[in-house]
Amino acid sequence: MTIVFLTFILMLSVFLGFELINKVPATLHTPLMSGANAISGITVVGAIALAGTGDHDLAQWLGAGAVALASINVVGGYLVTDRMLAMFKKKAGGK
Amino acid sequence: MDLSLNGLIIELAYVVAAALFIFGLKLLGSAATARKGNTMSSVGMLIAIVAALIDQGIVEYQWIIAGVLVGGLIGAVAARMVKMTSMPEMVALFNGFGGLASLLVGWAALNADAGAFTVVTIVLSVLIGGVTFTGSLIAYGKLSESIGSGAILFRGQQIVNSLLVLGIVGSAVMLAQEPANLQWLYLVIGLSLLFGIMAVIPIGGADMPVVISLLNSYSGLAACAAGFAINNNILIVAGSLVGASGIILTQIMCKSMNRSLSHVLFSGFGSGATEATVVEGEIKPISVEDAYYVLEAATNVAIIPGYGMAVAQAQHVVKELCELLEANGAEVNFGIHPVAGRMPGHMNVLLAEADVPYDQLLEMDEINPRMETVDVAIVIGANDVVNPAAREVESSPIYGMPVINVDSAKTVFVLKRSMASGFAGIENPLFYKDNTRMLFGDAKESIGGLVREFS
Repeated sequence: MTIVFLTFILMLSVFLGFELINKVPATLHTPLMSGANAISGITVVGAIALAGTGDHDLAQWLGAGAVALASINVVGGYLVTDRMLAMFKKKAGGK
Repeated sequence: MDLSLNGLIIELAYVVAAALFIFGLKLLGSAATARKGNTMSSVGMLIAIVAALIDQGIVEYQWIIAGVLVGGLIGAVAARMVKMTSMPEMVALFNGFGGLASLLVGWAALNADAGAFTVVTIVLSVLIGGVTFTGSLIAYGKLSESIGSGAILFRGQQIVNSLLVLGIVGSAVMLAQEPANLQWLYLVIGLSLLFGIMAVIPIGGADMPVVISLLNSYSGLAACAAGFAINNNILIVAGSLVGASGIILTQIMCKSMNRSLSHVLFSGFGSGATEATVVEGEIKPISVEDAYYVLEAATNVAIIPGYGMAVAQAQHVVKELCELLEANGAEVNFGIHPVAGRMPGHMNVLLAEADVPYDQLLEMDEINPRMETVDVAIVIGANDVVNPAAREVESSPIYGMPVINVDSAKTVFVLKRSMASGFAGIENPLFYKDNTRMLFGDAKESIGGLVREFS
């Protein structure tokens, strides 16, 4: 039953993703991509659970490595996107 | 899913996080709200991480904290230091790390009594994560030009790739039968990493916007597969959002090059010997001085930037020229082709860095109808995206690709280093047209020269 439920979530999210992006102006493609890229670092959530088991086995070390890698993705991704977006300005005085 | 209070709080926090991601992505779709959207999505990420931390299954925090600190610090420093012109390779690199993280999560989730469905999802997260990782590294290498940026093709490439896929599927089937035998998992990991390399080397540098966008989508799918492997909702929701949005963006890129995705991925564009088109006419060079006289009299100027502007780091001096032209009474617009540069929207980011307001950047469909009223079109380091052969020469490899019709402007200045053909190696009849003047030299210096003439 869980599988069905998860697949349902997957289907809805995919449609939502398509709808959200479809009409974005080209100006924003780069920030959009890098912002979405930061979201894909969500793996960090799964990695945290693995890194904190206290088992000191291979799985925990893999989890800790994954936490570090995904953190690069998350922190770097959001900061870079913000840096780019901070530069986008409308014409001074407003047109 | 446990239904303890702790578990319930975590699941609810994930719902909030997912809502923030969705709303953040929506706001990212408009220039006025984009920054707020990014902040919103980062708050969602923070909530998701905190929720994961309060899980009662976690008994040890030191490795988590160490990982977050190390990774966060590297990410923050890299994001601060990177130059705007190197943004495409940075995004590719971040993306690769995300893919590798999903690979590790999938790997760690495997245990001896995993069911067939779990094994399939683990294999998927390892496969997609691995392909994303090595594929992104190769893309990074090609973009930063630390490895050759051309397409690498060899005889039997398709066969090697097919064998790789077969090998991955075979190992996956074996792993599903005996999940305790880690040999099969290692085989899947190794082959996936190799497959990532093989998938990206035949793709030339000019097609990198498509590849980056596609790899971005993969890293989302990898996170989604990892979510199935460890039964985590937020991974599935966020991962598939990214996966779907990446695919859409990839499709937009392909459409603007009039090529199918499979053509981009498998054909090694520009590598085959295309028959040379015979171009009539002669090249007419122009000096900076003469170019200045023409520009001074112009009342409507369009600037079409390409990757050459990024290479020459000319965006700031372009902005200066733009201001001088405006002070001189001319209307200045920028025409941005969707695939100009090495990343979708690359030119927009560079010009934004130089303080060019985004409402002055026109998309191809907006600038083309106005082109006939333009006195001077200045092409800076762009080639294929302004090539009239895409409209006129049926045998041209880029025939059918929508281009910016600079040749309908009264005068065209092409700033170019030399007569070597563009990235795709296609002859450009634009250079031989009657109304075209070539301004040879480094784009930054040429424009700097024009700026000096004005002041």
